[in-house]
Amino acid sequence: MSEIPKEEYITTCTAACAGCSSSLSLRYVLKAAGPDTVLVVPACCTSVIQGMYPNTSFNVPVYNIAFAAAAACASGMSKAFKSAGKKTNVIVYAGDGGTVDIGIQALSGAFERGTNFLYICYDNEAYGNTGMQRSGATPLGALTTTTPAGKTETKKDLDQIVAAHNPPYMATACSAYPLDLYKKVKKALSIEGPKFIHILAPCPPGWRYNSDKTIEIGKLAVKTGSWVLYEREYGKLTVSGPSRTALKKPHPIEEYIRAQGRFKKATPEIVAELQQSIEKNLARIKKEEEGIC
Amino acid sequence: MLMISTGNKAIAAAVKQARPSVVAAYPITPQTEIIEQIASYVANGEVETEYIPVESEHSAMAACIGASVTGVRTFTATSSHGLLYMHEMLHWAAGARLPIVMANVNRAVGPGWNTWAEHTDAFSQRDTGWLQVFVGTVQEAYDATLMAFRIAEDERVLLPVMVNLDGFTLSHIMQSLETVDLGDFIPPTRLPYAIDVKNPMGYGPMTGPDDYFRFRWDIERSMRDARDVIRETEEEFARRFGRKYGPAEEYLCEDAEVVVVSMGTLGKEAEVAVDLLRKEGVKAGSMRLRWFRPFPDLDLKGREVVVIDRDYSFGFGGVVAASLKAKTGIECYNVIAGLGGQEVTYDDIADFVRNRRIGEEMWFGVSE
Ligand SMILES: Cc1ncc(C[n+]2csc(CCOP(=O)(O)OP(=O)(O)O)c2C)c(N)n1
Ligand code: SF4
Repeated sequence: MSEIPKEEYITTCTAACAGCSSSLSLRYVLKAAGPDTVLVVPACCTSVIQGMYPNTSFNVPVYNIAFAAAAACASGMSKAFKSAGKKTNVIVYAGDGGTVDIGIQALSGAFERGTNFLYICYDNEAYGNTGMQRSGATPLGALTTTTPAGKTETKKDLDQIVAAHNPPYMATACSAYPLDLYKKVKKALSIEGPKFIHILAPCPPGWRYNSDKTIEIGKLAVKTGSWVLYEREYGKLTVSGPSRTALKKPHPIEEYIRAQGRFKKATPEIVAELQQSIEKNLARIKKEEEGIC
Repeated sequence: MLMISTGNKAIAAAVKQARPSVVAAYPITPQTEIIEQIASYVANGEVETEYIPVESEHSAMAACIGASVTGVRTFTATSSHGLLYMHEMLHWAAGARLPIVMANVNRAVGPGWNTWAEHTDAFSQRDTGWLQVFVGTVQEAYDATLMAFRIAEDERVLLPVMVNLDGFTLSHIMQSLETVDLGDFIPPTRLPYAIDVKNPMGYGPMTGPDDYFRFRWDIERSMRDARDVIRETEEEFARRFGRKYGPAEEYLCEDAEVVVVSMGTLGKEAEVAVDLLRKEGVKAGSMRLRWFRPFPDLDLKGREVVVIDRDYSFGFGGVVAASLKAKTGIECYNVIAGLGGQEVTYDDIADFVRNRRIGEEMWFGVSE
């Protein structure tokens, strides 16, 4: 961990829940990005974590924008910095709802235009800000306030959608592996053009587990292969270290979902379906890494 | 330089001279010519602007917001459904105190798909905190756009400005246009709270009732200050370039017993109607309202007033007539005319005056 700088960019006054992995991730993102950075944040938990006027818990400028507009706003900002000859990092830090649902048009537009920015989606798999409703990224079987019997649809495959835009760099990450995340942000910011990082962000109140278990849950997501850490540089996929074991032999999905209250209504059929989709996904990633497409 | 231009091209010419750093836009009829023209200026290297061809109007305004908050000059243009699709972002731009300039080519709102002139699109954005000016000629479209940048960016204002021009009847007609040598008329943009990584701040965070309320009051205070800024800017424009504008363009109003109040191109038509009526011995005048926000004080005391509204607030009345009555207490004859580009000639307007029934409302061609 020694290579991670000591400087903190999230200070006091943060209003995050105890055990919030999204703020933990953001802490590392900002350490990697450094002070010459502007965060663009749509409506989501991050706007709460930021604290309330006149205070701010962040040490970099934060621009709050409407829910659907983060990527487009960042496009404008990035061009403005370019026109002023500045090299400032423009980083969107948006939830899954603001990314896979309402914000996907702006996201797609910005990637298609080749906007020079880093778009980070921290994925707590629901709308946290408004009290845990389903999003397009909520997994099959998970309970939310709008899917009280468990979600009947599968998780939208955001990474495939982004990959279809052929960005020069994209990656997945998880707060349970901060060094991996840190390196990915560093690498992303060294590349010109649109970059994307998708962070799995376990969320104690949303996923219904005790707040001291956040790192453990993140590790289980990776060990069971539910969440695969990888990078795709100029189209070439490389699985990251922590996911190597899962790629060979994943732990059974039960270990991950039994640790969370949100899956308590998942029937054996649903668990089997989740397990199958993990296996399919791992096989696809393995083939792609080996270059067999 | 003297030339022939459409209203749209006049706007693009003014934008080129104002040299915004960022233009983000999405096409919609009848605005498209403005952004095509700007895109070609950028492509030809005639202006150093970053042009962002966004994927929607919501994103166009969001991109302008993102650019503007860094302290650079920004412009966009839209019309009708594009403007309505921006609605949320219009509130955002004004609430964030960003001096964005936008041309809105006034067009009817569907359904009943219709691309012709109507002011309902702009009026439905009246509570967003944007300044709104309505122009009547190609020359004025150009002049008002230049002044819009200066007014918006004045530290006493720092609010976005919408320049409205009638779809087709002004956006696409050719008139003479005299461009100016701008000199230092528009100073460099200075945003007091531009994003600066050396002085990190939170922009647009959550605010409690007291702070929020103060911010709202601050917008209204700037709207009030904007009246002075507009007047000063228009006076300086007249001194430098010889063309005079005011909150309303008055034509033969001094001794008028009956005054036609209208906006946009119908206001120019009304001047011809006034000439006709004067020949008949009717002491008529025309007052073309230019600024809609902030709403000007109009001196109409002691005259009969005919208001032509090219808009309607359903279940209530014409927006201009209602605004006038609320501001001045004056009862008028409210003619609803020209919706969706309905043809309204100076003869028709003279008829409105001849047949006026003060206190009543009439839908031209439908409820006469
Ligand atoms: C147009 C619009 N619709 C709805 C909302 C209300 N809203 C604010 S945040 C949010 C959910 C955000 O969820 P997500 O993007 O997943 O981020 P999280 O809150 O989980 O961090 C919603 C629905 C809004 N701000 N704007
Ligand atoms: S709801 Fe979840 S993501 Fe939001 S602040 Fe709390 S722990 Fe973090």
